[in-house]
Amino acid sequence: MTRLNRRQFIQIGGAAAGGLAAGVGLSTKWYGLDPDEVADPGTDGDRVVPSFCEMCFWKCGILAHVKNGRVTKITGNPAHPLSRGHLCPRGTGGIGLLYDPDRLKRPLIRRNRGQMQEFEEVSWDAALDLVAEKMLKIREKYGPEAMALYSHGYGGSWFKHLLHAYGSDNIAAPSYAQCRGPREVAFHLTFGRMVGSPENTDMENSRVITLIGSHLGENMHNTQVQDFTRAIERGAGLIVVDPRYSTAAGKARYWLPIKPGTDLALLLAWMNVIIGEGLYDHDYVEKYAFGFDRLKEHVRDRTPEWAFTRTSIPPETIVETARFMAGGRPASLIHPGRHTTWYGDDTQRLRAIAILNALLGSWGRKGGLTLPSKVKLPKYPYTKYPGQSKNPPDMPKGTVYPLANEILSQGLCMASIPGTAAYDLKAWLVYGTNLIASLPDPDATRKALQALDFVAVVDVLPTEITGWADVVLPEATYLERCDEVHTPAYKEPFLAVRQPVVEPMYDSKPGWWIAKELAHRVGLDDYFPWKDSVEYAMYRVKHGGFDCEELKRTGVARGKHVPVFIDDGLEPVFDTPSGKIELYSQTLEKAGFDPMPEYTPPDEPPDGHFRLLYGRSPVHSFSRTTNNRFLCQVVSTNEVWVNAQAAREMGLRNGDMVRLINQDGVVSEPLALKATQRIRPDCVYMVHGFGHNSRLLKFAYKRGASDSRLMTRYKVDPIMGGTGMNVNFVRVEKAA
Amino acid sequence: MNESLIEVVQGRNNPMIDPSLHIWGWEIPVYLFLGGVVAGMLVLSAALALRDRDGPRSKALQTAPLLALGLLSVGMAALFLDLEHKAYVWRFYLAFKAASPMSWGSWILLLVYPAGIMMGFGMLDSDRRAALLDSRFVRGLHLRSLVMCILGRADAARRGALWAGIIAGSALGLYTGILLGTMVSMPLWNTAVLGPLFLTSGVSTGAAVLLLLPLSTGERHVVARWDMAAIFVEIVLIVVMLIGFATGGHASHVAFSQLVDGPSASAFWALVVVAGLAAPFTLEAIEVRRSLKPLALTPILVLIGGLSLRWILVIAGQASSWANIP
Amino acid sequence: MKEKTDKRYAMVVDTRLCVACKACVLACKAENRVPYGFNRDWLVEVTTGRFPDLALENRSERCNHCSNPPCVHACPTGASHVNEGGAVLVTHHKCTGCKACIAACPYGARYVHPDGYVDKCTFCLHRVRDGREPACVEICPTGTLHFGDLSDPDSDVSILLRTRKYKVLHPETGCEPNVYFLE
Ligand SMILES: Nc1nc2c(c(=O)[nH]1)N[C@H]1C(S)=C(S)[C@@H](COP(=O)(O)OP(=O)(O)OC[C@H]3O[C@@H](n4cnc5c(=O)[nH]c(N)nc54)[C@H](O)[C@@H]3O)O[C@H]1N2
Ligand SMILES: Nc1nc2c(c(=O)[nH]1)N[C@H]1C(S)=C(S)[C@@H](COP(=O)(O)OP(=O)(O)OC[C@H]3O[C@@H](n4cnc5c(=O)[nH]c(N)nc54)[C@H](O)[C@@H]3O)O[C@H]1N2
Ligand code: SF4
Ligand code: SF4
Ligand code: SF4
Ligand code: SF4
Ligand code: SF4
Ligand SMILES: [Mo]
Repeated sequence: MTRLNRRQFIQIGGAAAGGLAAGVGLSTKWYGLDPDEVADPGTDGDRVVPSFCEMCFWKCGILAHVKNGRVTKITGNPAHPLSRGHLCPRGTGGIGLLYDPDRLKRPLIRRNRGQMQEFEEVSWDAALDLVAEKMLKIREKYGPEAMALYSHGYGGSWFKHLLHAYGSDNIAAPSYAQCRGPREVAFHLTFGRMVGSPENTDMENSRVITLIGSHLGENMHNTQVQDFTRAIERGAGLIVVDPRYSTAAGKARYWLPIKPGTDLALLLAWMNVIIGEGLYDHDYVEKYAFGFDRLKEHVRDRTPEWAFTRTSIPPETIVETARFMAGGRPASLIHPGRHTTWYGDDTQRLRAIAILNALLGSWGRKGGLTLPSKVKLPKYPYTKYPGQSKNPPDMPKGTVYPLANEILSQGLCMASIPGTAAYDLKAWLVYGTNLIASLPDPDATRKALQALDFVAVVDVLPTEITGWADVVLPEATYLERCDEVHTPAYKEPFLAVRQPVVEPMYDSKPGWWIAKELAHRVGLDDYFPWKDSVEYAMYRVKHGGFDCEELKRTGVARGKHVPVFIDDGLEPVFDTPSGKIELYSQTLEKAGFDPMPEYTPPDEPPDGHFRLLYGRSPVHSFSRTTNNRFLCQVVSTNEVWVNAQAAREMGLRNGDMVRLINQDGVVSEPLALKATQRIRPDCVYMVHGFGHNSRLLKFAYKRGASDSRLMTRYKVDPIMGGTGMNVNFVRVEKAA
Repeated sequence: MNESLIEVVQGRNNPMIDPSLHIWGWEIPVYLFLGGVVAGMLVLSAALALRDRDGPRSKALQTAPLLALGLLSVGMAALFLDLEHKAYVWRFYLAFKAASPMSWGSWILLLVYPAGIMMGFGMLDSDRRAALLDSRFVRGLHLRSLVMCILGRADAARRGALWAGIIAGSALGLYTGILLGTMVSMPLWNTAVLGPLFLTSGVSTGAAVLLLLPLSTGERHVVARWDMAAIFVEIVLIVVMLIGFATGGHASHVAFSQLVDGPSASAFWALVVVAGLAAPFTLEAIEVRRSLKPLALTPILVLIGGLSLRWILVIAGQASSWANIP
Repeated sequence: MKEKTDKRYAMVVDTRLCVACKACVLACKAENRVPYGFNRDWLVEVTTGRFPDLALENRSERCNHCSNPPCVHACPTGASHVNEGGAVLVTHHKCTGCKACIAACPYGARYVHPDGYVDKCTFCLHRVRDGREPACVEICPTGTLHFGDLSDPDSDVSILLRTRKYKVLHPETGCEPNVYFLE
């Protein structure tokens, strides 16, 4: 007997029928016989509104052109330090999100109709009342910690605030345990400071840049790509370590097509050469570093020959590249990367990257890593949060990730399956993250979702996660709302505002409004004393000493310049046990881990299998833009890269439709094969974010294949709980 | 690096341009074909008329120029159908662009009609004229006096009209060749041979249409001989063209390969070379030698060959475009 | 009014910097209302060699605004014409859609707009006349694209062509393109 699941994936039914007229307004211009022959397409706005982008998490300054109430185009704000007048393709593509005909339009509630479940359109009052009622019930029955918030994206600040006020600190995002986590922990262990976003690199001044995987150019974080290409233009040398001939590799002086999962061996060998040949920055190491002698001893036998047998990179190449990168120091940067959850030993790999940077003396140096600062704005004077009495349940029973410095998203998910953690989570509020696509092992995510008492999702599109909600709350897009003020740590401190460009379409509402209304309904009015987010933002801006009116006009204001390099007189502070750069980590030692990185070999692919690698298309952000018809005009699906020789041996040809079958028998959607010289024969590669199975994403539905579905396995980093996802193996078969 | 491989990702993907150029479908080859036929018919019938002086002319030959204009109108209809911005067709006649064969063509087309009408009317005998003046078309539209007037003029300048027909016809024939031949963008078209080839093919197909009409035996003999000559010249031109491609640079090789192993290659050899040229040439030679009763098959083969020549060259030419060579 | 100028507009594409992100394509589409599914500019990504000895060239391509433009020569109506600074434009209301210009262009730079006329890159002359850069140049995050006046020896484009190695596409066709690719 099959039991009806409490919650199953359903499509948000029926309602979304309306066909949007595709007509592009006919030109009403009267043509004389020979009027001016240079026709103006007329896309300059009557109004140009400065704001910042949310097509990814980089937050570039934009100028939105509005004509007759419609956004015609989005360009880069020249005054904004993160865009400098330029945008990545996704930034331009904001119009494709704003005018996506498949957007969530009205609040929805899941109803049980006998054996069937379906969504019903309801009023905001009905939807908010229901969420509030559930929040009150959960708090009463299980305590506020039983409710978790997943929040990714800048509009999430209101919901984080709401949840803290409500009494739960169980807040996570896939941008930690599936992304930056290992890097932040490793750099914190080494330098006492995290890398952060935007990354604190000073690439534009680098003489040598080394990329370990980071596929800049496909990874299209705007400013970073700008700096990267400025460096190339100025003649910087580039070393790219990637099993795939990435766009960046195409510009490199040295491309090292490394065997996947063996980077740590290469990094140790580089240290071996740099220390052995005395190429490191003696003064810098002497002055700032702790544990150099032990490191020297540690890498003594990590020779290029030793690394060759692991990495397949010839020893001469290792020596040559080591000398090359040392030749550029201190303006020689080993890029810390961003998506670093690869093999489960990631913190140690990132430690090696941090240590190598330290040996080159590039931390705190021009052309290396900066020590950025922020504009400090006063907080809005709120009542203090009640605080949570229990620890977050993000580490399943019997596990401990002692150095995790954020809450683990995958862990919270597991804690929702009853009995697995210290206490059970009973409800989720999900803001701006499509957990089905972004957490590994989607089956476990589904299991968790079914076990929960209540799920509310705030989103802009009917992505997969909305199909698991009890209540779906349609948010206005970033072009229709005002959010928290942006004050990132950056080499030039600045603040930027997000302003509504046009009125919210349909019955969508900005996040601040939704959070405030929920707060009101659960008796937390105290925490939302302002009228709207504009009043809130103005308060902070004004009390920070900035001119609100000016800011509305320009979208961005600069803070006082402070030195970010040691060379400019900045005295670096290292928040580590030794107060120095820890080549030898006492924290790791104390926690029972290798105090200096040790190489562990990756698993070998089973016979006939390839390691599955994944990454970014410059035109898309994860699963969130693959329904964006504007962007999809240039990239509308993904393909799987297979080494041309390997493809030929399987009898497959470029362009064939294939399916990937992973080690656990999970079969992917069909996708086209790209037979190419640009990848090693032991792995395949695909772009993440395609292969939607939500029918309501009318454009994206069944386009390309999903990498997430094939990630039935992941390896957890014992140090900080990151989920290494490059550990799945696939066969390639011709699609019938 | 002779071992080097090339992988190209072409992101243009414009309709009608990618993956290969296909801006022109059936309309243009049909138009070019009919243009050639009409050119041939006008030139040949005028030449016959000039040759025979006042000698007896078959009824068929008398109506040939007017029939030609009818065919031309069908061709122009095809051309019109091909226009993407039809409401602006009149723009052809607000400009004359000396560098544009298309512009020459549009004006030549305007000249062909009066020349054809003058020449055609002048060739009519009195029975045909009476029939014309009596026709429902002329009576219904009250055109009697206009037609009378044209007939008068045509008679007054009979030789002049015939020469005008020859000139307009030749211009038409030449231009249909030059139109494609001037395109540097298409290696297969961009050869000096294409103009003369289309012109001679026009003569040959024009002759074929005449041969399908009930001409007098004498006329038939002359036309068939001219046709043979035209076909012979065509064969020579095609050989010259192929040698030119085979011995030229990269572009010529692209063109050459279109005709020897491209997707249209087999059609080219079967329809154009064998069925359209070799077979009718042989048949005609036999017919003339042995004074056999002429078969309708021969001119039909010529027409198939002439239409295929345009069709295949238009398609294969577009396939050879530089626009699709990365 | 059309001003006669001695300017010679050109674009210089630094292929070394281009990451094939296609922001230029999308910015052009938004700026110029290029219809869905059509492109005035596009990317050609060429990989040569064999694993692991590879080379990659990314080219952002568009109409070359040729100095000897066969498309203009082929146009029967004067719709295709040479405008300010040598920019080759199509006047929509003069265009019959005969496609002679498309056939004549060796670069596939033109297409038939769904409204019937032929359309292509305009070098964003409507912006350039206001002293702004073309939309694709402005958006490009890598600084790959340079636009300017070759008749001015001090312009960016002149300097780049003086100091760097470059090529044009299909020089055999004799069109004398004004889009240059730095190597
Ligand atoms: N356009 C676009 N840009 C984005 C994003 C987006 O969605 N779209 N997302 C942003 C975010 S949040 C992130 S986290 C970043 C992610 O971007 P990065 O941090 O650059 O991501 P990685 O996972 O390092 O990059 C994947 C690359 O690593 C290579 N690789 C795989 N396995 C190995 C290995 O074992 N060793 C080595 N050396 N290389 C390997 C792959 O071939 C691929 O080229 O991108 C950011 N930028
Ligand atoms: N298999 C696999 N998993 C991965 C990765 C991978 O490459 N492969 N990458 C990892 C990395 S690096 C990261 S950072 C994460 C990213 O993971 P996520 O942040 O979950 O990324 P998306 O899949 O884009 O999901 C974003 C969701 O937010 C919604 N959204 C977009 N804009 C708004 C808005 O303004 N308001 C609201 N309320 N919602 C909005 C979208 O509709 C979508 O449902 O994924 C991680 N997981
Ligand atoms: S990098 Fe691109 S998508 Fe991300 S914020 Fe900047 S412009 Fe927007
Ligand atoms: S925007 Fe610039 S970097 Fe991106 S594809 Fe175009 S030219 Fe290349
Ligand atoms: S590239 Fe083509 S359309 Fe542009 S000017 Fe040259 S020939 Fe004309
Ligand atoms: S399609 Fe238009 S622009 Fe092109 S040749 Fe014909 S009339 Fe001229
Ligand atoms: S110059 Fe203007 S019209 Fe031409 S490709 Fe660039 S943005 Fe498009
Ligand atoms: Mo990420």
